[in-house]
Amino acid sequence: MRLLYFAWVKEKVGRASEEVTIPENVATVAELIAWLKSRGPEFTNAFERQDVIRAAIDQSHVRHDARIGHAHEIAFFPPVTGG
Amino acid sequence: MIRVQAEDFDIGAEVAKLTAGRTDIGAIVTFTGTVRDQDGAVEEMTLEHYPGMTERELSRIEAEAQARWPLQASLVVHRYGTLKPGDNIVLVVTASEHRDAAFDAAKFLMDYLKTSAPFWKRETGPAGSHWVEAAENDADAASRWHKKKHAAE
Repeated sequence: MRLLYFAWVKEKVGRASEEVTIPENVATVAELIAWLKSRGPEFTNAFERQDVIRAAIDQSHVRHDARIGHAHEIAFFPPVTGG
Repeated sequence: MIRVQAEDFDIGAEVAKLTAGRTDIGAIVTFTGTVRDQDGAVEEMTLEHYPGMTERELSRIEAEAQARWPLQASLVVHRYGTLKPGDNIVLVVTASEHRDAAFDAAKFLMDYLKTSAPFWKRETGPAGSHWVEAAENDADAASRWHKKKHAAE
């Protein structure tokens, strides 16, 4: 699965994207965040205020309780500030 | 129509292109968002976005506006990359028979774009650079349209 990070989430995790194989017991976005935080201090730091972080599955906004299913691409980013 | 681009846009040329050959349009509203220097605090603004999702979100928002109002034409152009104070950021054009639909749809498009199109602004000035925080009133502005929709149902 491909993970993408944007804006300050990208800066904190130190990469824009990566391919990962997530454990089978990770079923939701919230569980994915919990797993990411176990991978290292850069993730703990990036997801410290995890309620603020927005997620998208296959380029559609989702809530943290959304199920990952057969997602190809999951993105994490701060609240958007365009316009 | 939606477009995401690094290049600047020409408001007059965009309106002319959108309405060329059309004689059924009675009202055209344009909104342009530009970079403010905020009294010298901002020397440069960089807009990052999520290629692919940005286009999807803008198309989704435009389709929603088309479904809610009788629009003859609409256009959203959003820039990314590094911009300077005074530069254009975003253009919304709506065209309808009568002014209300064009005004309302233009505001709706901007309110929704502000809370759902995946763009992030980073401002740089004499004090350094920082990511712009999302404004709470942007979410409020977008949620007002939810209430209006429910009220109409």
